[in-house]
Amino acid sequence: MKSLEDLKRMREAALKKVEMREGGKDYRVVVGMATCGIAAGARPVLNRLVEDTAEHDYNCVVTQTGCIGMCVYEPIVEVYDKDGGHTTYVHVDPEKASKILAEHIGKGIIVDEYTVDAAKKEQGL
Amino acid sequence: MIRTNVLCCAGTGCTASESALIFDNFNECLKKYGLENEVKVVKTGCFGLCQKGPIVAVYPDKIFYSHVKPSDVERIVSEHLYKGRVVTELEMSDEDLQTHEKIVDIDKIKFYEKQQRIALRNCGKINPEDISEYIAMNGYEALGKVLSSMTPQEVIDEMKASGLRGRGGAGFPTGTKWQFEKDQPGDEKYVICNADEGDPGAFMDRSILEGDPHAIIEGMEIMGYAVGAKKGYIYIRAEYPIAVHRLQIAIEQAKELGLLGDNIFGTDFCFDLELRLGAGAFVCGEETALIASIEGKRGMPTPKPPFPAVSGVWGKPTSINNVETLANVAQIMLNGADWYAAMGTEKSKGTKVFALGGKIRNTGLVEIPMGTTLREIIYEIGGGCPNNKAFKAVQTGGPSGGCLTEKELDTPIDYDNLIKAGSMMGSGGMIVLDEDNCMVDVARFYMEFIVDESCGKCTPCRVGTKRLLEMLTKITKGEGTLELLDEMEHLCREIQDTALCGLGQTAPNPILSTLSHFRDEYIAHIVDKKCPAGVCKSLLTYSIDPNLCKKCSMCSRQCPVGAITGVPGKEPYVIDTEKCIKCGSCMSACRFGAVVRK
Repeated sequence: MKSLEDLKRMREAALKKVEMREGGKDYRVVVGMATCGIAAGARPVLNRLVEDTAEHDYNCVVTQTGCIGMCVYEPIVEVYDKDGGHTTYVHVDPEKASKILAEHIGKGIIVDEYTVDAAKKEQGL
Repeated sequence: MIRTNVLCCAGTGCTASESALIFDNFNECLKKYGLENEVKVVKTGCFGLCQKGPIVAVYPDKIFYSHVKPSDVERIVSEHLYKGRVVTELEMSDEDLQTHEKIVDIDKIKFYEKQQRIALRNCGKINPEDISEYIAMNGYEALGKVLSSMTPQEVIDEMKASGLRGRGGAGFPTGTKWQFEKDQPGDEKYVICNADEGDPGAFMDRSILEGDPHAIIEGMEIMGYAVGAKKGYIYIRAEYPIAVHRLQIAIEQAKELGLLGDNIFGTDFCFDLELRLGAGAFVCGEETALIASIEGKRGMPTPKPPFPAVSGVWGKPTSINNVETLANVAQIMLNGADWYAAMGTEKSKGTKVFALGGKIRNTGLVEIPMGTTLREIIYEIGGGCPNNKAFKAVQTGGPSGGCLTEKELDTPIDYDNLIKAGSMMGSGGMIVLDEDNCMVDVARFYMEFIVDESCGKCTPCRVGTKRLLEMLTKITKGEGTLELLDEMEHLCREIQDTALCGLGQTAPNPILSTLSHFRDEYIAHIVDKKCPAGVCKSLLTYSIDPNLCKKCSMCSRQCPVGAITGVPGKEPYVIDTEKCIKCGSCMSACRFGAVVRK
């Protein structure tokens, strides 16, 4: 290491290791990971969310939670924004997960077609 | 891809409660659940709330588990890490005093809410054995900034403007100390980090070294640059094996990256660092004795002047700073003197770490801005005395300090206010005493410590403290007289005036301070032959109240000397006071409160 620039480069690389301990992100993305969620395929969804977030530096933390209570709609992903408002996405698969991140976190646009409201409408509820 | 970090406290306190095994169990269990590529387990330094250790934190969920046992690990992995269900029973929590609601948000828990962490900023947050985690937290940026854009004088001016004062006890302004050394002629100069933490009850330096060793290395390099030294020593006691080990790793890693050694950051600045292990003598925290010990001589103080800034280690100009002081240096350089000086009181800037111990609910390390009151520390952060006992006093400043009582609870804490109140800041040990502590016994404890630790070089300390201990022992045995009390006070003043070094001069402080606040307790020992707190054994008698005795024989079975007689179910038990050794076993054995101590 011979200059402040070298140190900065090293810090950028090291930041990934610790940034999840710092908080201060705009969005919190939560995956339901109870038995029902895991059985319906929540694990690959979680993995995709984590990978995409790291790759694209999305302004969110990805965490998991237990049963959300709508087991029929699993895998469920909930996105909480800073004001406490939240959106529930249902029947999520890895592809949908990528899109949710890119649209909702990346651009601030809710992906209406994947939300629980859309799913209910489809079922005529 | 790692999605979760599990942070296990690996400080000395939690290590003593098997945190190393917890760490191993996590790694094993994660493999069992196939999570080893998703969850990373990290060993960190102290989280501060040692009372609740071992502590495990899960990020990014920000869940803190307390009192974790190795056997709890599987549950945390299978429930929380695998299924996302927080194990609420193990979660660290507090109760809201008004609403009685459970608080789990770590930033709102009383112990942490009032704290402002600068010296402890990375403790419990990074892996101290991985330099890249320190660098991720802006580590070594201050050093880079100082070397590339500031002159040594500018660094010293910045330190002076920050108002930082030595955290080891005396509170000497750090910038001024550095200036003295810089102004000395010659090009062979040294800097020393005093990590010989010796006050009973103080452990902040150990925790900083264990949790954030690079902060000390960086602070020393900045100090070295400012004063013109190329070489530094960290003088640390061998009794701190974890801290020593992590420092060794940290020094090695810094050398590998070129952050220690020649031409640091491509500049002309060269700096080398060496560890020196002490054997744990209290006197070696005194700077001239410390220097003697580094040179391989017997650790004994020498008269000042010459001050170390003029003639220190190997007879060359030397600056000595304490661990906590150095932990603030990089932050001041990074954020500026104004930022630091905005915290604290008029003459004591910044924050101070206190080690809370004794009769208090939340034992541990707290870092608070100067000017916080004792009441806030003891009651709000510390949670008050356990078991609904009444607060009696708080001892600050270790064997050189004194006691503060109820009256001083609302005094804003800073160097000058503590001295005004008859104690001192010291290194920040804070031992809380409740109604069950005898103040004469407390004074005797500190005097015993001093007698043990006196280096023996000067007569007032070597002989004087021994005599003081004898007098105190007489009083606790009920053999004291009022004349003896006067004599003791006189001897205290004599020692203050004539001892060679700071340790000897301040050795009588615990006696003088307890005498001024608790003279009535001394009188009770001398005149009434009673120990009001029920501590001094010679003045106590145990007896059994025949009306309360259920004749169960529990007490007599516990008595190690066969002093209790009676007939089970028929005759109440009686203690033979001649045989009784006053161990108290009967009292804790009796379930009916029939054993009385007077």
